[in-house]
Amino acid sequence: MSERNIIEEYLRMDRIPHIWCPGCGLGTTVNCFIRALQQTKLPLDNISIVSGIGCTGRVAGYLKLNSFHTTHGRAIPFAIGLQLTNPKLKVVVYSGDGDLVSIGGNHFIQAARRNMDLAIICVNNFTYGMTGGQVAPTTPVDAVATTTPYGNFEEPFNLPHLADSVGAVYVARWTTYHVMQLTRAMKEVIQKKGFSFLEIISPCPTLYGRRNKIGDGLEMMKFYKENSEIRNGANTKDVAIGFKGPIICGKFVDKERPTFLENMNQKLSERIPNYKPYNGLV
Amino acid sequence: MKADSKGVLTGAHFIDGDYACGEGAIAAGCRFAAGYPITPSTEVVERIAARFPHCGGIFIQMEDELASSIAILGAVWGGAKAMTVTSGPGFSLMMEHIGLACMTETPVVFVDVQRGGPSTGLPTLPAQADMMQARWGSHGDYEIIALCPNSPQECFDLTIHAFNLSEQYRVPVMFMMDECVGHMTERVVIPPAEEINIYPRRYTTAKPGEYLPYLPDADLVPPIAKAGDSYNFHITGLTHNEKGYPVMNAECQEKCVRRLVDKIRLNADKIVKFEEEETEDCDVVVVSYGITSRVALWAIQKAKEKGIKVGNLRLITVWPFPEKRIKQIAEKVKAFVIPEINYGQVYFELERVVGGKAPVHLVPHGGGAVHNPEVIYQKILEAVK
Amino acid sequence: MTDVAIKKEPRGAVLITAERCKGCGFCVEFCPTKVLSMSDEYNSKGYHFPKVAVPESCSGCDLCGMYCPDFAIFGIRLKKSA
Repeated sequence: MSERNIIEEYLRMDRIPHIWCPGCGLGTTVNCFIRALQQTKLPLDNISIVSGIGCTGRVAGYLKLNSFHTTHGRAIPFAIGLQLTNPKLKVVVYSGDGDLVSIGGNHFIQAARRNMDLAIICVNNFTYGMTGGQVAPTTPVDAVATTTPYGNFEEPFNLPHLADSVGAVYVARWTTYHVMQLTRAMKEVIQKKGFSFLEIISPCPTLYGRRNKIGDGLEMMKFYKENSEIRNGANTKDVAIGFKGPIICGKFVDKERPTFLENMNQKLSERIPNYKPYNGLV
Repeated sequence: MKADSKGVLTGAHFIDGDYACGEGAIAAGCRFAAGYPITPSTEVVERIAARFPHCGGIFIQMEDELASSIAILGAVWGGAKAMTVTSGPGFSLMMEHIGLACMTETPVVFVDVQRGGPSTGLPTLPAQADMMQARWGSHGDYEIIALCPNSPQECFDLTIHAFNLSEQYRVPVMFMMDECVGHMTERVVIPPAEEINIYPRRYTTAKPGEYLPYLPDADLVPPIAKAGDSYNFHITGLTHNEKGYPVMNAECQEKCVRRLVDKIRLNADKIVKFEEEETEDCDVVVVSYGITSRVALWAIQKAKEKGIKVGNLRLITVWPFPEKRIKQIAEKVKAFVIPEINYGQVYFELERVVGGKAPVHLVPHGGGAVHNPEVIYQKILEAVK
Repeated sequence: MTDVAIKKEPRGAVLITAERCKGCGFCVEFCPTKVLSMSDEYNSKGYHFPKVAVPESCSGCDLCGMYCPDFAIFGIRLKKSA
């Protein structure tokens, strides 16, 4: 049959197969992202993907869009430069938990505070996969990592609560099991104006699942299916994830707040006679 | 092409080097700047923050220098001309993105107003001790261009030149000021826009589907694209092939990094810029840059009055180093004297290039002030003995 | 590359690129109508890949395509008249 998978039009097929392990959830997130892009009907030239470093950082390199694979933790400030220069672009930051909230944590909270018009997709696998499974700021207490061989004793971030408390206008969490909801949420973060945050719980069987006796990728997916609870509108304070504990999913925040550029133009218009509102450089 | 008159404050001004640098950037077409406050460089971005809303630009004070130094790269890939401004400790934080700018061949300007170090050092006082950091500070092999102005006028003129070089060679250009030049107030003449030459960005004219982001032109520099174009290009800090795709092997590394180095080394004759006086028939040549080149003038003058034949070579580009010219001079002179506000940085490069043909005398200074010119004079006397 | 297309009942079909498969089993597990099973065969990388076991059950919903992390399978709806 000559039918072609429609997602291939959005992928750099000359780079497939990708480097991700068997049972890794990243490819599943990419499927959902491509379907979300199709649903938004946005012209693809107006979409740019920015990734940091790590397994998720490789997403930018597989999508057939203008895409940027930057430095570790700095995808957000790169995206800010890109987006402010051309506000017509929809800039999607697609990166991992270690990249976005550990080494890039300050950029994350500052960009949310400023309400930069960015879609932030954070694939959270609770570990540093690319470097071999070290403890992350998302690793649940008691989980074993190569650098916490006796079990993690640090309190992890509750990412939706973090994003919410620093001003994100959209906050949602889904797992790679929830492909339909995930696709809808991706469409929403792409369409939302302002700092929009989507956390995706995704299996890293090689370095998190097996080491913590949750099992391979499929077992982890089944774990999500059995232990996820959908609570749209939940208070983000209540959605922390414990070791092998339930995963609260849903859309938690969806509100309006002026963006950085809207605030800037408003203030400068008040203070500078005949100020011409800034609307990009290209 | 010529400068956009909207950004050019044509006329005579009495401003400091930091402001002049800001004006130079605006005249060069820079409309995106990101920075983080740090003495003694902050006045550059203060100037820009005040001026940009009047000429269509955007300034953002980022959360730190890591963010500033990559926001400007994002801006360039969005289609802007961009720069960031800092001083020693902030420059240290920016090293990662100097590497990324080299690897991705992003035309951009980094301004470093040098102060005493290491670490927090002397925030309000001068030094010239970041010269090797500018050259080698990021990891891996690469080449950059570094310019050293010695007056507010040059802070204006050479900032434009820095942008032009960055566009021509798709390389980050380090604009290495020092606290004295940054805070010195002098007459700065800004010419009419039509007298300011601007090197335009080397955008590709390839058809979508036919563009290879890292296929170079004859001068080893590849044409660029921007987000929003229809090329679906991929940019990465990983070692990459002409398509821009990561390739993890020694062959691709050799091809990729070799060209990054060669595009500067093989074009060095076109890039190198210096001033020389009486270097043809002299016994000793004083090599200097930045504020020290002005301090050295007193010593050179005094030595001449004493009948010593002294030549003066002022570096404007420190990197690439004017290797060819120094080698010619080294064949004829008895000695070189190099004063700099550090314990020997460009001195080592000079010594390497002179290659034992003549002794090279360093006049070191730890920073916090400029040299006492008498010390430079004494070294000239010593050198011709 | 093994392209398998099954089209018995008119509602849907699954297309599999076995060479891309890494054998995670997501598609087999989460197919809502249990169309797929794991093949006993191996692809050239040594992975088992899915095969269509109950073709008449396929609705063409493409959930397999959404789950597949390796872009190795997808579902299509078939026209009624086909």
